[in-house]
Amino acid sequence: MVIRDIIAMLLILIGCFFFLTSAIGLLRFPDMFTRMHATGKCDTLAVLLVMTGLIIHHGINLDSFKLLLIVVFIYIANPTATHVLSRAAYRLGVQPWTKDKK
Amino acid sequence: MKSFFLGVDIFLCLMVFLCLYRVVFGPTLGDRIVATGAIGTKTLTILVIIGFLYGRVEMFLDISLAYALLNFIGTLAAAKYFEAKGEF
Repeated sequence: MVIRDIIAMLLILIGCFFFLTSAIGLLRFPDMFTRMHATGKCDTLAVLLVMTGLIIHHGINLDSFKLLLIVVFIYIANPTATHVLSRAAYRLGVQPWTKDKK
Repeated sequence: MKSFFLGVDIFLCLMVFLCLYRVVFGPTLGDRIVATGAIGTKTLTILVIIGFLYGRVEMFLDISLAYALLNFIGTLAAAKYFEAKGEF
């Protein structure tokens, strides 16, 4: 077991933790906007962590460049999709959840 | 390292099934679209790790990149379509 593999496993495990956080948030939060809040950020960070772990495991070549490309694309696309969805819901008059209104 | 990748893949499949609950039983349409996007992101990671598992990284990376593009376009199109239609 090389030290590089240990670092890669640690990063992938932290990424898995963030995937778990996103799934729990999607299941447990009360509203569409709060669920978007959970998935939109946790998934982006988890993809970054897992791909960084895979780059460290694989070394520097063309494949790791493609992995980096996936990370950059997810970092642009995922917040944009969340933003467009929440804007559409807000324009159509979906009321955000508040604590006393239920 | 291969058994570790296999364990990560099984864990991510479990997360996909947790998100699938929100797709099937989601109260509103927006919940279903959000959960579908989250499933797409998890599937992308699963595909990359399957490439590492089978030793054919270069092929599965291209598939994963195309999947990321299609997931983004799909979410965007669904949001625009249901906004124009006026139901959410």
